[in-house]
Amino acid sequence: MTALLSIERVKARYGPVEALRGVSLTVDEGEIVALIGANGAGKSTLLMTICGAPKAAEGRIVYAGQDITGTDLHDMVKLGIAQSPEGRRIFPRMTVLENLQMGAYLGDERNLSGDLERMFALFPRLAERKYQRAGTMSGGEQQMLAIGRALMSRPRLLLLDEPSLGLAPLLVAQIFATIREINRAQGVTVLLVEQNAYHALRLANRGYVLVNGEIRMSGTGQSLLDDPDIRKAYLAGGHG
Amino acid sequence: MPFPQALREALMAAFVALMLAIPLIGFRLADTMQGLAIETRFDWVAWGVSAVFVGRLVLGLLRGRGRPLGLAIKMPALPPNASTMFALVLGVFALVLPFTPLGDRYTVELAITVLIYVMLGWGLNIVVGLAGLLDLGYVAFYAVGAYSYALFAINFGWSFWLCLPIAGVLAAMFGVMLGFPVLRLRGDYLAIVTLGFGEMIRVILLNWKEFSGGSAGLTSIPRPSFFGFPFTANPEPGQTAFHELFGLEFSPLQRIIFLYYLIFALALLTNFFTLRMRKLPIGRAWEALREDEIACRALGINPTNVKLSAFALGAMFGGFAGAFFATRQGFISPESFNFIESAVILAIVVLGGMGSQLGVVIAAAFLILIPELLRDFSQYRMIMFGFAMVLIMLWRPQGLVAHREPSIRLGAKA
Ligand SMILES: Nc1ncnc2c1ncn2[C@@H]1O[C@H](COP(=O)(O)OP(=O)(O)OP(=O)(O)O)[C@@H](O)[C@H]1O
Ligand SMILES: [Mg+2]
Repeated sequence: MTALLSIERVKARYGPVEALRGVSLTVDEGEIVALIGANGAGKSTLLMTICGAPKAAEGRIVYAGQDITGTDLHDMVKLGIAQSPEGRRIFPRMTVLENLQMGAYLGDERNLSGDLERMFALFPRLAERKYQRAGTMSGGEQQMLAIGRALMSRPRLLLLDEPSLGLAPLLVAQIFATIREINRAQGVTVLLVEQNAYHALRLANRGYVLVNGEIRMSGTGQSLLDDPDIRKAYLAGGHG
Repeated sequence: MPFPQALREALMAAFVALMLAIPLIGFRLADTMQGLAIETRFDWVAWGVSAVFVGRLVLGLLRGRGRPLGLAIKMPALPPNASTMFALVLGVFALVLPFTPLGDRYTVELAITVLIYVMLGWGLNIVVGLAGLLDLGYVAFYAVGAYSYALFAINFGWSFWLCLPIAGVLAAMFGVMLGFPVLRLRGDYLAIVTLGFGEMIRVILLNWKEFSGGSAGLTSIPRPSFFGFPFTANPEPGQTAFHELFGLEFSPLQRIIFLYYLIFALALLTNFFTLRMRKLPIGRAWEALREDEIACRALGINPTNVKLSAFALGAMFGGFAGAFFATRQGFISPESFNFIESAVILAIVVLGGMGSQLGVVIAAAFLILIPELLRDFSQYRMIMFGFAMVLIMLWRPQGLVAHREPSIRLGAKA
């Protein structure tokens, strides 16, 4: 199988700070891939670099056989890459419905109502709160909205940055179940950044461990879960 | 608030008042027998500063800690479509105004002025209220519209209806011209550059005498006709005047009423256009961009196009209003397009609640009518105006109409 996304020796800098020091990873079509690592390891930077903000200083990013290294963030959706960025970044003054609609900004108007139905089936909570201002929703609801909004563009590849951040354990399980459903039922390939290594690795087909801007380890989700070093570093305290 | 803190704040306020009052009130140029002399009025300064000190102290002691002034009022819960009803009533009132007993010349002229500002407010609302781009030079587009109408009409004899779209297009082009360099700026920086742009246009108009007539301005700008039928008592041979066309007595009021309906229609056009845009992807993108640019880009929105379109369309309506202004006045000069105009228009948008169409109407009426009503107090007019502004900001810090209407509801056709 050829990779849907392959990142080849990518470096990224913020001024003098080198946040990524030659990262390579691949994501195959239909997979869920988890990227785990400590705070400041460069996980968010990697997701943003895939999308061209910041641009990769070195290396290549290939998506669906096409070199997208220099492409702008706002041209990613056209290629079929959707992102739910770090910190949710929903539009707080707009209603839930309007937020979802923004997700379909480039999409075909005719698909809109059908896609909204699908989103509301996936996240019944959002259906109840269609007309609520997004900024007044709870953190978990906002997270669902951020994912739903990204899905509204009908992506082939979905990039999620810490979807479980700040959620209660029950909601974490629910969000991960939803991600699996998005992957299985809708065939969306997912690259997932997570602090919550236990859930992320259980969900993912494969995982990568990022340390200080470099890939330190990779393997199937299960093999990483079983690795003693990983258990010590990321899974201390049981099921995170 | 504990006494020491209140005392400290009161002293601070008194100090600021002192610094302001010494140059503003303390010195006075008096015309004495020996020519001009500077008189001092430090007793006035003392009174003023004491008043500020006592007022601030009392306010500080009454006020809870860290709470905003307890003046903010909640709007009573209105039925959901109350604002629609109110807007409708206002619209009908505006429609019949010239034919009610109220509709004398003075009132209709005043109403025209209010409507010009409503239109300008709605135009700027696209840029500031919806797209969130703080533009302090909006009057430049008003000027571009006014001068382009005046120049085309004077030099080529083109009619108002031909010049109107040209004025709009030219203003929109200036909007894009301003838009390009400021795309990367936000907030304060954007405000400064747009302010400079507004002044630049005015200074060019002031100094490029061959083109714009300089400070003397442009005179005898053609007045509008009723689709080719002029409003004159004695039309030139071969022409039919408006009153002859309809078999009426000639009255100077006819032209004023026509102007009134003209600006009414233009303003409504602006409003419906904006309401429509809010439901289209581009209009929603304006609002989204104000909230979060990165998120917008992640959704495939190109901020360059979106910002430029907001600048261009906002400017276009400013241009329309400018063309109307020129034909109404028959005379324009750079005087009419100074920074104060931009400030008033911006105040209308901010006071109206940033993005609220109805709020703009109320704020425009307020800001234009209050100074007019205070004419009798001519000396204290500006002070009372300022006082009223401060009060409003204390009562309704979000603007008069802070509520944002969602742009879509399911079921209802969006
Ligand atoms: N805009 C920026 N300017 C300068 N440095 C930055 C910027 N964004 C991130 N960094 C630095 O780059 C490094 C990687 O940051 P990044 O946000 O990718 O970490 P992360 O792995 O996502 O961490 P977390 O789990 O806390 O979200 C950090 O050292 C951070 O300080
Ligand atoms: Mg991060």
